[in-house]
Amino acid sequence: MALRLEVPPEAQPAMKGVKPPKKAMKTKTGWKLAIRRDWRLYTLLVLPLLYLAIFRYLPMLGNVIAFRQFQPGGSIFGQKWVGLKYVVLFINDPSFWQAFQNTIVLGVLTLLFCFPMPIIFALMLNELRSQKFKKFVQTVAYLPHFMSVVIIAGMILQNFSLTGTVNQISEGLFGSTVNFTQDANWFRPMYISSEVWQTMGWGAILYLASLTRVDESLYEAARIDGANRWQQTWHITLPAIRPTIVTLLILNIGTFMAVGFEKILLIYNPLNYATSDVISTYLYRVGVESSNFSYAAAIGMFESVIGLVLILSANAIFRRTAGTSLW
Amino acid sequence: MKESTGMKAFRAFNLVFLLSVVFITAYPFLNIIAQSFSSEGFINSGRVNLVPLGFNVETYRLILADSTFWSNYGNTVLYTVVATAISMVLTTTFAYAIAKKDLKGRSVFIGLAVFTMFFNGGLIPNYVLISSLGMRDTIWAVVLPNAISVFNLLIMKSFFENMPRELEEAAAIDGLTQYGVLFRVVLPLSKAIVATMVLFYAVANWNSWFTAFLYLDKPELFPVTIYLRNMIAGVTTAGSAGGTVENVGQIAANIQSVTIVLTVLPILCVYPFVQKYFFSGVMLGSVKE
Repeated sequence: MALRLEVPPEAQPAMKGVKPPKKAMKTKTGWKLAIRRDWRLYTLLVLPLLYLAIFRYLPMLGNVIAFRQFQPGGSIFGQKWVGLKYVVLFINDPSFWQAFQNTIVLGVLTLLFCFPMPIIFALMLNELRSQKFKKFVQTVAYLPHFMSVVIIAGMILQNFSLTGTVNQISEGLFGSTVNFTQDANWFRPMYISSEVWQTMGWGAILYLASLTRVDESLYEAARIDGANRWQQTWHITLPAIRPTIVTLLILNIGTFMAVGFEKILLIYNPLNYATSDVISTYLYRVGVESSNFSYAAAIGMFESVIGLVLILSANAIFRRTAGTSLW
Repeated sequence: MKESTGMKAFRAFNLVFLLSVVFITAYPFLNIIAQSFSSEGFINSGRVNLVPLGFNVETYRLILADSTFWSNYGNTVLYTVVATAISMVLTTTFAYAIAKKDLKGRSVFIGLAVFTMFFNGGLIPNYVLISSLGMRDTIWAVVLPNAISVFNLLIMKSFFENMPRELEEAAAIDGLTQYGVLFRVVLPLSKAIVATMVLFYAVANWNSWFTAFLYLDKPELFPVTIYLRNMIAGVTTAGSAGGTVENVGQIAANIQSVTIVLTVLPILCVYPFVQKYFFSGVMLGSVKE
């Protein structure tokens, strides 16, 4: 069968010079034609779509168990309607609100520290004249990104342990050690600093790429006008990479609620739940460890709805104010 | 060009800044390697930094003699190979079909995939689903749930979209079906993107632990990341290897370091070669439609 030689469906009516009377009919024949022409392409889609249906969309529907009583071993949609019972339950649950608060705090701190660092790092790298040295710095900086979170967690726990490097420095400087891993007050600094360490190098990639696309003649013009390096950075470089910054900011805001679930699960402990327990770890304990599936699903649904609302509103706001958006 | 003093000062500062980034990033890795070759006494007194103290390869010998470690390591290899193969089949066929700009319903299929980037069922419905499909304690629980990464899918789609159309048209005129075009023309010309995708999926699968942690209860099915996780969490203080040593708690830090080194070894070996592929892959992925 010839692949692209047939007349595209939308061109056909025009060629005949006759418009189909109804839009619905046009679509119908369009589909028939499309399937006759591209049935092989559609067969290629079957497995991936089946995958999406089972492993992505079925769990979305499965969220109705938040409103239904689930019995272990029962249907994934639960056994009988209980209305908002589980929603009311978590709204009155102080442990949930503590996890909620921790999620917000960690999310804001992550945005404050982990978002700007790759930009600064990329700008600094861009100032290097030696390409070799630049490559070397990048190669080392990406390294943590390729490691399993289990290994990252192991490194965090070792470095922040009582005899770990951080405490060796602390002892040298202040003559005292801190039990970082067991102290709720230290969880946030420990988490955020390790997060910066982990994400800075990799996060800079996209900024570096957009930096290479900045028009050199703009800098020349600015130099002739007497702009110094700071002014050049401020008035040319930053505006040039603004679309990248905005795009990544929207994506970051979208993942705000899902703060480092796997990492926290690996490094937290009951002694620092007061600051370390986030919504996703709390619902993991409630759902998987204690088997309160419906209750945990209610919490999880709340979490993903907030995430969706955040990304939709961030996208809308930036589309209006900055002219850049994901869609 | 003449440089001002301020510029020189900035360059010096920049150099120091970037060198300290390099040092801080590399330090934990070098530290782990040094610890893996050190004696426990030196580690516990907090004296091992970048150089091994009390050189010791006994722990390597213990871990390498541990059958649990080896069987878990083998599981990781198996899961990585199977999961990557499944992912590649699904991602390639999906990406190829939705890269055809005149495929009817194309935007719906793309939308169905992209929507899952922003909204997902969440932990609990997924957990209940996998359990009720009877996939717990089977390899399928590990290799199926994350088979398609939408991010990878979009990279591949944009690669296929940028292929010269004339090529496919010529192949079609020569009588190849759409399957033939994909397998005999497009894929042989897509070695670069296929290699990149295999790397992306393989590294992700090698590193993953949570699905295994969630759905596997039998220790003989664990990947090596769970072996390591249990060690870190103190569930099994030192695997079965620790049993031969008098003080299990004492040897923990050293055994952990050895296990970490052995687990990342394959990645560290391919890392220098793989890096540039990852870079170009992310570049492709960042191209907006």
